[in-house]
Amino acid sequence: MTKSPVQFTLNGTETGVFVNGGANLLDVIRREAGDLAPKLGCAQGGCGACTVMIDGETHLACLTLAETVEGKRVETATSLANGPQLHPLQKAFVEGFAAQCGFCTPGMLMAAKALLDANPSPTREQVTEAIAGNICRCTGYEPIINAILTAAAELRGRISA
Amino acid sequence: MTVHKGRGFACINYPIGMNLGGDPSQALVHATPDGKFMVTLSAIDLGQGMKSVTRQIAAEALGVPIADVYVDTADSDTGPHDMGSFASRGTHRMGNAVIRAATEARRAMLDAAADELEVNASDLETDGHGNIQVKGAPSRAITIEDTAIAAQFKQGRTLSGRGIFLIPPSEADPNTGEMSPVTCFAHAALVVDLEVDDETGEVTVIEINSAYEVGRALNEKLVEQQLIGGAWMGISHALYETTEPYYPDRSHAPGDFVEYLQPSPGDVATHNIAVLERPAEDAPYGGKGPGEMCANPVLPAVANAIYDAVGVRCDRLPITPEKILRGIQNNGGAQPKGAL
Repeated sequence: MTKSPVQFTLNGTETGVFVNGGANLLDVIRREAGDLAPKLGCAQGGCGACTVMIDGETHLACLTLAETVEGKRVETATSLANGPQLHPLQKAFVEGFAAQCGFCTPGMLMAAKALLDANPSPTREQVTEAIAGNICRCTGYEPIINAILTAAAELRGRISA
Repeated sequence: MTVHKGRGFACINYPIGMNLGGDPSQALVHATPDGKFMVTLSAIDLGQGMKSVTRQIAAEALGVPIADVYVDTADSDTGPHDMGSFASRGTHRMGNAVIRAATEARRAMLDAAADELEVNASDLETDGHGNIQVKGAPSRAITIEDTAIAAQFKQGRTLSGRGIFLIPPSEADPNTGEMSPVTCFAHAALVVDLEVDDETGEVTVIEINSAYEVGRALNEKLVEQQLIGGAWMGISHALYETTEPYYPDRSHAPGDFVEYLQPSPGDVATHNIAVLERPAEDAPYGGKGPGEMCANPVLPAVANAIYDAVGVRCDRLPITPEKILRGIQNNGGAQPKGAL
């Protein structure tokens, strides 16, 4: 099978890979680029564990053809922390016990990141809506919703400070 | 169309682990050359916090800072045998095994320190900050790091410990059938408030109020986290989840997460929790652990609340709108029982 070159920015780093026609972005991020943050849950867009941001918008990496991200900016949960400095979302997830097994967490974080980028002051309902495509089987969602609201408040504080 | 309010109650005595065929857990503890301690288990942390709790337990039993303890789990090739993470047994069985292993390792650590300080090991104590000192004379002290270095590079001694906790198999008395299937129970009581729409059969859980007795809550936040998440799963099993909705006809079985029903983030009910601490005698520092009990009382409480709301008694899970509507139809209309 002929491979095609794809160049994109992954978490701020210029990345070039050769992909098979039809290869999905999740496989490319995990296997070719070695970023294991996004998870393979259902492989059909039903669980949200593979959620990434492409040019600032959430996408399900398992349903995204790798060739379509040519020239685009792809961000996974790996982009959030600055060295040992956790992103306010990650900090709020840790301190709010918003993860148990952790499998949904990278997708939840990206869904939340996209929300807070677009809307720094979301209501509880807007947070709920933003993570409605991400399945969590451990936490009962409430700690996740609370963590996102906590992070939003902290980010607003930083901006006004 | 009327929305009927209902309240349901359920309580539970939940057995910790099982001892029908014997129920052992093992742990190994050893010091690294720089005086940190590694706890090796083959039990698995599924996200319930077993690694955090065994780490706390090991630090407490060793008398060292929690930051100096590492827990390595989930490899049955390199770890000592364990029955596994099920039956709500993690904290109780693994915790007890870790205490025993850590106690043996602590003895070896104090023996090594005693040689260095030229005192009797029984006169030594740990300060919890990484030092071993003579009781009543804290200036006569050695760090645990120096103790580990001396043990391994000078004395030729390992600072290690083995632990096993076994609940032996319980045989049934041939005459009476009497046996002890379990040695330790946790307890819970739970009230569910919900609403049932008698036109659509839809149930909305409004609020859960629960009281859990889990022995000592070794890590309060982890206990709370499990109770909240487990109650969500209880609601899910009570009202939504099934792989065989029209068993034995499988043609309507859910094929993926889109069709497999479960509560979404928008279906979260308020849950107020009271954790009662009544340390159990044979439990590690009194902790029994919440485990499966997080979900179990929710199901009967939901069933009872639905009966209270519209008078329909469902004995098949999940309690779907269809079952409720058929029940209302059979009864000739909703028959609220009026607990609220």
